[in-house]
Amino acid sequence: MDMNGVDLSGAEIVVQALIDEGVEYVFGYPGGAVLHMYDALFKQDQVKHILVRHEQAAAHAADGYARATGRCGVCLVTSGPGATNAVTGIATAYMDSIPMVCISGQVPTPVIGSDAFQEVDTVGITRPCVKHNFLVKDVRDLATTLRKAFYIAMTGRPGPVVVDIPKDVTDPNIKIPYHYPREIQMRSYQPIERGHLGQIKRAVELMLQAKRPVLYTGGGVVLGEAAAQLTELARLTGFPLTSTLMGLGAYPMTDPQFIGMLGMHGTYEANMAMHETDVLIAIGARFDDRVTGKIEHFCPHAKIVHVDVDPSSISKNVRVDVPIVGQVASVLTDMLGLWKEQAPASTGRPVADWWAKIEEWRRVDCLHYDRHSDKIKPQFAVETLYQVTKGDLYLTSDVGQHQMFAAQFYPFDKPRRWINSGGLGTMGFGLPAAMGVQLAFPQAQVACISGEASILMCIQEMATCQQYKLPIKVVLLNNGYMGMVRQWQEFFYESRYSNSYVDALPDFVKLAESFGHVGMRVERPADLAAAMQEAFAMKDRFVFLDVVVDPTENVYPMIAAGKGQHEMHLPPSLSDRELA
Amino acid sequence: MRHIIAVLLENEAGALSRVAGLFSARGYNIESLTVAPTDDPTLSRMTLVTNGNEEIVEQIKKQLNKLIDTVKVFDLTEGPHIEREMMMIKVRAAGENREELKRLADIFRAKIIDVTDTSYVVELTGASKKLDAFIDAVPTGLIVEVVRSGPTGIARGDKGLTL
Repeated sequence: MDMNGVDLSGAEIVVQALIDEGVEYVFGYPGGAVLHMYDALFKQDQVKHILVRHEQAAAHAADGYARATGRCGVCLVTSGPGATNAVTGIATAYMDSIPMVCISGQVPTPVIGSDAFQEVDTVGITRPCVKHNFLVKDVRDLATTLRKAFYIAMTGRPGPVVVDIPKDVTDPNIKIPYHYPREIQMRSYQPIERGHLGQIKRAVELMLQAKRPVLYTGGGVVLGEAAAQLTELARLTGFPLTSTLMGLGAYPMTDPQFIGMLGMHGTYEANMAMHETDVLIAIGARFDDRVTGKIEHFCPHAKIVHVDVDPSSISKNVRVDVPIVGQVASVLTDMLGLWKEQAPASTGRPVADWWAKIEEWRRVDCLHYDRHSDKIKPQFAVETLYQVTKGDLYLTSDVGQHQMFAAQFYPFDKPRRWINSGGLGTMGFGLPAAMGVQLAFPQAQVACISGEASILMCIQEMATCQQYKLPIKVVLLNNGYMGMVRQWQEFFYESRYSNSYVDALPDFVKLAESFGHVGMRVERPADLAAAMQEAFAMKDRFVFLDVVVDPTENVYPMIAAGKGQHEMHLPPSLSDRELA
Repeated sequence: MRHIIAVLLENEAGALSRVAGLFSARGYNIESLTVAPTDDPTLSRMTLVTNGNEEIVEQIKKQLNKLIDTVKVFDLTEGPHIEREMMMIKVRAAGENREELKRLADIFRAKIIDVTDTSYVVELTGASKKLDAFIDAVPTGLIVEVVRSGPTGIARGDKGLTL
C-alpha cells in the first residue's frame, strides 16, 4: 500500500521507511529510547523483527545477512549501552565495507547533553567506524534521512550508516504527512560508476605485455557483484589468480587457475608468484598489511594496476602505476571489451613458462599436514566438512586458526558463501552472522566454524537460534587454546603461553542441550565424517558439533609480521625439503 | 611540505568534528584549521594547513573527499594563491618600549586597536611568516598574549572554488 501523504508518527515513519526499502528482517533489542518504534513494529507484519540476546549480535546478524545476500542489513538498538554494544558489530561491518543501516534510539532532544539515563554520544562514538552517521532532531527530516542512510550504505564503497533517533522524534502523538523520496541527489556524495577508459587501456596494454602476470582479487569483487566478469577475464587471459581472505569464492577455488589465498597464511605458490610477478592486476583489494607483508619486499618487480571504487584505497599502502577508480563490474566489462579487441593479435602468449614456474612452487605442497595422526587435525576437520557438505554451504567463521584453516581447506566456488570478519578480526562474529545467513536462506546449509574461545564471545545467541528455529551447524574446532595467540606465543615468545589457555571450558554438548539444541562431541578422526553427516542430516535442528582437535597444530605457511612475501615458514614436515 | 587545503563542506552539525576526527584517527599533522559559513549559508569553508610528504598529502585530500559532508577539496598550494592570517597581540607598552612598539607596528603595517597606559593590542594581517616575524621582532618579555586565527587562503585569478 502506498503510504505517501498519510499522516504518520516518527515511529511509524521509521517502520514504513523500512517497508519501502524492502527490508525483510530487522535485528534488534528493545529498550527505553526505542519503545515507540517497537510499538510501531508490533502493529505490522511486513518487517520481521529478530530478537537477539546482545546488541553486538544484532549488528553481526545484519552484517551476515548483508554479506550473504548483497542487500542492506538493518539493526535496531536502544540508546546508551544498546548503541555501545553494537559498536563492535558496526566497526566489523565498516572494516569489510558491508552495507548496513543501524538505527539507534537516543534520549529525548531536550535532555541531550545532560548525562541523562542511558545517554551516550552515539554519533560521536560511532563516527570513526561508520561510512556516515546522522542524528535526526526533527521528525520532518526522518524519512529523507533514512533514505539517505540506505543510499549511502549501498552505493560506492558500501559501509554501515548509523541513524540516531531521539525518543521525542518518534512520539506516537505527533504525526506528519509521510513522504519517502525515491531518488536521492547529494551534491557532496556522488559515487563513481565507470572507470577512466584511457586508464583501462593502459592496463590492458600492460597485461598484453606481461610475462609473469598475477590477478590479485579481493572483497571488492564480491561486494561489487563482479564474479562473472572476473571469471571471464581469468579464462580469457589465462592468468593465475590469487585472492585475499575477503575475496574467496569470487573465482572458483577448485579451478586450477586459482593458486590459493595470498598473504600471511597464503599458499607458497601465491606468495612466490606475487614476489616474482611483473604485472600485478589488483581488483577490489586494498593491499592490507596481512597481504603485503613488509612493504619494501612487496612485488619488487611489478608494474601494478589497481581497480577500486574508493579513490582513497589507491596508493594508500603501495604506490601503483595504473590506478582505475570505478565499480569493479563496470571496469572489468570495459577491460574485457578492450582485451577481446586487442588480444587476438597476440595469441600464444608466453605465460606458459610462468605457469611452469608456478606448478613447480605448487609441488612444494605447502598445505601439507599429517593425515595419519591419531588426533583430529583441524585441517582434516575442514576437509571433512567440505566432503560432507559437498561444497554447497554458507560458512561463517569466527577469528583465529579455525578461520585460516577454513580459508585454506574449504574451496568455495561461489561468492558470498564464505562469511568472516577479515578487517577487524572480530571474535564472536560467526554465530550471529550465521543467523543472518540462515534467515536469508532458510533452505540452505549454513554452518559456523569456530574455536572454543571465539564461540564463547556470543554464545548467548544459541537462545535466538532456538527462538527462531535456525538449523545452523556449529563446527567447533576445540583445541583448548586461543590457537592463533598460542601459535604466536610459540613462535615469537619462546612458548610462554600467557593467558592463551582457555581454562574451565563448559561442556559444550550440555550447553547446547540446555538451549534446546543438539550437542555432539567427536574425539577420533574415524568418527568425524559420520558425525558431520548425522549433524547435517538434521535439517531442522541447530547442532553444536564439538570437535576435539590436536591442540598443538599451527597454521602454515606463515609470513611473520614485518617479513617479506617470499619469507614464509612452511610446515615443519616440509622443512628438510629443498625449496625453489 | 606545507599545504594549505580549502574544503567546502555541508554546513551540518558535526561536520567539523568529522574532519578533526579524520586527522587524529589517521595520524595526520594538522597545523591549523579555520572554518566559517560562506555566502551560501548551507556551505562552510574550511582552511586547513598540514605538513607531510606528497603521498601523505595525497591521502589527506582523498580522505577529506571521502567524507560524505565534503563537497569540494582544493589544494591552494598547487597554484598561485594568497594566504592571510590575522593576529591580535597584546604587548607591554610602558616607558621607552611604548614608542618602539608603535614604530614596529608601523613598519609591519599593523594597527594598534586598543591602548591603555601600559599596553597595546596590535592587529596584524598577513601571511603566517609575516606574523611570525612580528612576534620575533617584539623585544623579549613584552608579549602578554597572542591570538592567531590560523591561515585562510584564496586562489589567484578569476576562477573560484564554488559549486
